[in-house]
Amino acid sequence: MLVWSRPGRIVLWMLFALIFGVLFLAPLAVILLSSLADQWNGVLPRGLTTAHYADVARGAAWNSVKASLITGFAASALALVSGTWAALSLRLQGPALKRLLGLLFFIPSAVPSVSVGLGLLVAFSHPPLLLNGTIAIVMISHFVLISAFTFGNVSAGLARLSPDFEQVASSLGARPAYRLWHVTLPLLAPYLVAAFGLSFALSMGELGATVMVYPPGWVTLPVSIFSLTDRGDIFAGAALTMILVAATLILLLGLERVTKRATGA
Amino acid sequence: MSAVTFTGNSVMDIDAAKVRGAGSNVYFDKVSVAYGTHVVLHPLTLDIAPGEILAMIGPSGSGKTTALRAVAGFVRPASGRIRIGATDVTDLPPYERGLGMVVQNYALFPHMRVEDNVAFGLRAQGADKPLIGERVKDALATVGMATFARRYPRELSGGQQQRVAIARALAVRPRVLLLDEPLSALDAQIRRNMVEEIARLHRSLPGLTILYVTHDQTEALTLADKIAIMRDGRVCSHGPTTELYRRPPNRFTAEFLGRANLLPVTVVEGAGPKGFATARHGDVVLTGAGRDERAGDKSLLCIRPQHLSLTADSEHTNRIVGTLREVHWQGELTHLVLDVGGTPVRVSATKLPTALPEPGARVPLFFAPTDTSLLPEDAGV
Repeated sequence: MLVWSRPGRIVLWMLFALIFGVLFLAPLAVILLSSLADQWNGVLPRGLTTAHYADVARGAAWNSVKASLITGFAASALALVSGTWAALSLRLQGPALKRLLGLLFFIPSAVPSVSVGLGLLVAFSHPPLLLNGTIAIVMISHFVLISAFTFGNVSAGLARLSPDFEQVASSLGARPAYRLWHVTLPLLAPYLVAAFGLSFALSMGELGATVMVYPPGWVTLPVSIFSLTDRGDIFAGAALTMILVAATLILLLGLERVTKRATGA
Repeated sequence: MSAVTFTGNSVMDIDAAKVRGAGSNVYFDKVSVAYGTHVVLHPLTLDIAPGEILAMIGPSGSGKTTALRAVAGFVRPASGRIRIGATDVTDLPPYERGLGMVVQNYALFPHMRVEDNVAFGLRAQGADKPLIGERVKDALATVGMATFARRYPRELSGGQQQRVAIARALAVRPRVLLLDEPLSALDAQIRRNMVEEIARLHRSLPGLTILYVTHDQTEALTLADKIAIMRDGRVCSHGPTTELYRRPPNRFTAEFLGRANLLPVTVVEGAGPKGFATARHGDVVLTGAGRDERAGDKSLLCIRPQHLSLTADSEHTNRIVGTLREVHWQGELTHLVLDVGGTPVRVSATKLPTALPEPGARVPLFFAPTDTSLLPEDAGV
């Protein structure tokens, strides 16, 4: 423990509670209350109701949940495969090339997502690469935005992996594919799951690029929320946000359980 | 064939031939390794006979692990060839070399149970299920870990994990077993036990060729048939363990292997028919086992700390006198440091006179000519 005095610890806890409460909990609490508010004209809402949830459920909410989940799964899975592949391949390169390609991989995450969406819209607007108005372009935009994070996570995992495991496996007669499948990937499992979870969470909340490229009939949750709040339907937008949070949380908790079971942690 | 096997507390009889690999020799033919322009292993020529334990020892960065990794196939030699038995393995990938390897941190696969770790190599090589079952059972019995088959590595102590790592390497019946500082991560007591157990293991598997890399001279002296002492990417001495200990060919070997005392002397008379030469240290004439020194040569008289005595007996015909500087009591041993004509001399004694001299006192030291050897002073390698 860094702080030994009791008053010092109390001050630190209060500081933590203040930061956590104001920056993290307060916005979420406001959204939760909004989703349940009958009316909200003062400091606190007047009356609670589940009508907004019923309204969004009657509307296109389910389709939005489905679109977000499918997009999140597909883009995250694709990002996981390519990010892992890239991390494994770059490990074999010289330090200069590794650094350069590693940096290139991170560029999309430094570009505003709206610009990524615009870029894809322009790039894929002519044959033979005509993807405008398709679900594929939504998937691609999400993939471009999240792949750097999967690459980063898997690279960090690989850097922590002792080369002894793979070398011992090789010395025992394991060919590269067998070694990858039975040693490297299982040892990387916690990082792969973390990478997938982060990618999925990012994809579920992605708006900037999606709003540029989404086709009719594939409206993700953030786009629906944006549309509702843009129209002034704050309470319905809040209800949909809570559904988004719940869907993401359920999946992340599920992934955590899977990881614990797989690694015995 | 029945043999006493490798167990911690119990002794069991098993068929040692079941886990024995067909030993092969390992031949380094002018093998060098370089990282860019930095040469980490200068051309090395060395032959490890089938069934032999060769210990490579030396300080950090001396090239011993690089040599082992070259055999394993994890570094490519810049020049030279490596042969295992009749096979030139220089260009073969690691998985085709038929080796077993044990490393310092065990590298047991944490997501696999003990039995799956041991079976790994056999499964990777596509062995039949019944054969895998039989080999796993035998290998675990060999290292006294049969009852731990269903455990995960995290449920084992360091010593147990290392036994499993050895079982895993033995299960594939390697031509050569590579041990890379296998005991370095264990504490002193367990390390001592493991050294004895590895010695016992090799007695039960006499055909197994072992390349053992360590920086610990005790492990090397206890286990190895031969020792290669490495320094700055070169072998500075190589030979049978007892020979290298008793008659070190150069200063580095004498000091690294057993921390010998080296008294500078001038040869008075070269070795006679019985192999003893006389040499002068200051005013004192001493007798020691010689090589091919000639009168007038500058030389070093090598004497082990435990061969120096504070009391004379009929064999201790050499006598030198030094000033006592330090006394370190370590239970069963007492270490003394004396100044003999400007040269620090260490004495390790199990028995000491009742009245131990005080630091600063002049103390006579006695030793037998048979416990000494002369080595050239300019052999800096």
